[in-house]
Amino acid sequence: MSIEVKGVNKNFGDFVALEDIDLHIPTGRLTALLGPSGGGKSTLLRIIAGLETADTGTVTIEGVEATHLPARKRNVGFVFQHYAAFKHMTVAKNVAFGLEIRKRPKAEVRKRVEELLELVHLSQFAHRLPSQLSGGQRQRMALARALAVEPNVLLLDEPFGALDAKVRKELRDWLRRLHDEVHVTTVLVTHDQEEALEVADQIVVINDGRVEQIGTPDELYDRPANDFVMSFLGPVTTLGGQLVRPHDIDLSDDDKVAGSVPGVITRMVRIGFEVRLHVRTDTDPDVHVTMTRTHARGLETGAKVWLVPTKGALTVPALDSPEPAAAG
Amino acid sequence: MTDLLTREQPPKAAPVRRRSRPRKGPVAYLLRLFVTAYLVLLVAWPVSLVAIRTFEDGFSGIQGILEDPDTVTALKLTVTVAISAVVVNTLFGVGISLLLVRSEFPGKRALSALVDLPLSVSPIVVGLALVLVYGGRNGWFGPTLEGAGLQVVFATPGIVMATAFVALPLVIREVVPVLEEIGTDQEVAAQTLGANGWQTFWRVTLPAIKWAIVYGVVLSLARSLGEFGAVKVVSGNVLGQTRTATLVVEEKYLNFDQQGAYATAFLLAMVSVACIVIVSVIRPKNERS
Repeated sequence: MSIEVKGVNKNFGDFVALEDIDLHIPTGRLTALLGPSGGGKSTLLRIIAGLETADTGTVTIEGVEATHLPARKRNVGFVFQHYAAFKHMTVAKNVAFGLEIRKRPKAEVRKRVEELLELVHLSQFAHRLPSQLSGGQRQRMALARALAVEPNVLLLDEPFGALDAKVRKELRDWLRRLHDEVHVTTVLVTHDQEEALEVADQIVVINDGRVEQIGTPDELYDRPANDFVMSFLGPVTTLGGQLVRPHDIDLSDDDKVAGSVPGVITRMVRIGFEVRLHVRTDTDPDVHVTMTRTHARGLETGAKVWLVPTKGALTVPALDSPEPAAAG
Repeated sequence: MTDLLTREQPPKAAPVRRRSRPRKGPVAYLLRLFVTAYLVLLVAWPVSLVAIRTFEDGFSGIQGILEDPDTVTALKLTVTVAISAVVVNTLFGVGISLLLVRSEFPGKRALSALVDLPLSVSPIVVGLALVLVYGGRNGWFGPTLEGAGLQVVFATPGIVMATAFVALPLVIREVVPVLEEIGTDQEVAAQTLGANGWQTFWRVTLPAIKWAIVYGVVLSLARSLGEFGAVKVVSGNVLGQTRTATLVVEEKYLNFDQQGAYATAFLLAMVSVACIVIVSVIRPKNERS
């Protein structure tokens, strides 16, 4: 049940939200649309769902030309960032909504709702109102509600964005396990690179309305197509005109390694097992280096050090444009 | 999104000292005194005097008006008119509210302003305006209607129209803010789950604005029962036919039947007060959370 997006353009007034998007979302996999806020990923998801219409281009869901189908006929499950729970209905009624709309027999609806509540671990809350649930529970209810109609595709729009960090991490694990159980084609919109790297089979990096790169988490991390993708997937720093990850810099107290650059430690921050160093070199005023506490033993602010990218580490030529802020 | 999260957990117990209310200064007491005195002088005392006058001779006052067939006819007419006007205003009110909140169209602001017009225009003007349009002899549209056998002015339809006009904004002003507050999230969710427009309205939107509608209906009902100026112009005030309860009050008062006037006024006021009290009692406390 794949999704094909072809030549989609979308403008809001003068603002170009999406520019010539071509995308294939494979059946049964979990695909993440990753990118900074305002980059167009949510708009793309809403176009797939039928909640927005593309100015040009087509959307095909499971071989069915869906470009002009209204949302209610696309058979998609949509989960919203702010839950969009039906506040006046109990949890069970919320989940049953799509089935009741489809006029399924009562016994079947009851059975299916029970199964789904079991699946999202909310059986004991069936008769509560959404306002009596925590944020995480509400989002699990919303997921069960979306799954109830056996959608061709499940679309999640920043589903964990409104939750606090700990719950977000739990739900992320849970979502991945759930997906391994149900195998429904899933598209997840997120601005959190860690979330995308952790749960997705395939990541589509979207920025400024364009697709920057499509690939598995490993491909993206190990072979970023450009400096934007690299800097968006995790922290990077500039050393000698190259973008490199802070944990991929070797630091020594002499110049024995060829190509190493001298510098002075200007600041040290210790966070748990990790130590973050800020080093000033002749060419770069603020190089970031991270290492474990053990490796950092004996270093102190003001010490002279030599820096070099670790052998085999990924580097990408830094452009003169200002470094895009990595979210996360 | 933070309010959603914080609301779930009971707030941590604050230190006892901070929980106790701050000590009130003389200004707070003065303000209280002022507000109480203002309400007593303007509302409570005059209204209670009406009740006192009504029951000066026990229940004979109430009994008197209930035994007078013309007054009973007037009361029945008032009830018929009020209910008709409320039904009309509820249907149109909900429709206009949805239009104002959920769709964009040219002239939307003008329509929104127009909806408030009945609040600012004197009911007498409303009455005269209706006569100009629907008057049976010289009205712009009246003779045509009358030719078709429908008399508007000096008949029940005219009274209903005048009443509906003055009470028009009440349902809308209750429903619009609630529609704005609930947003479109739930409606969009219903769409993605396969609901069509009607199903979405019936199963999602209507339950969410239910209490706003009830409030609007109660306010409209209270307003409709008490409408005087517009009704006086369009009804013709024909005894036993188009005279409503408020007109009876005026008539009795002018004819020195003060007892009767107060008793009728008391009945009208009681129905309105009862409506508001009942709704505030049955309305769930946590409806908006």
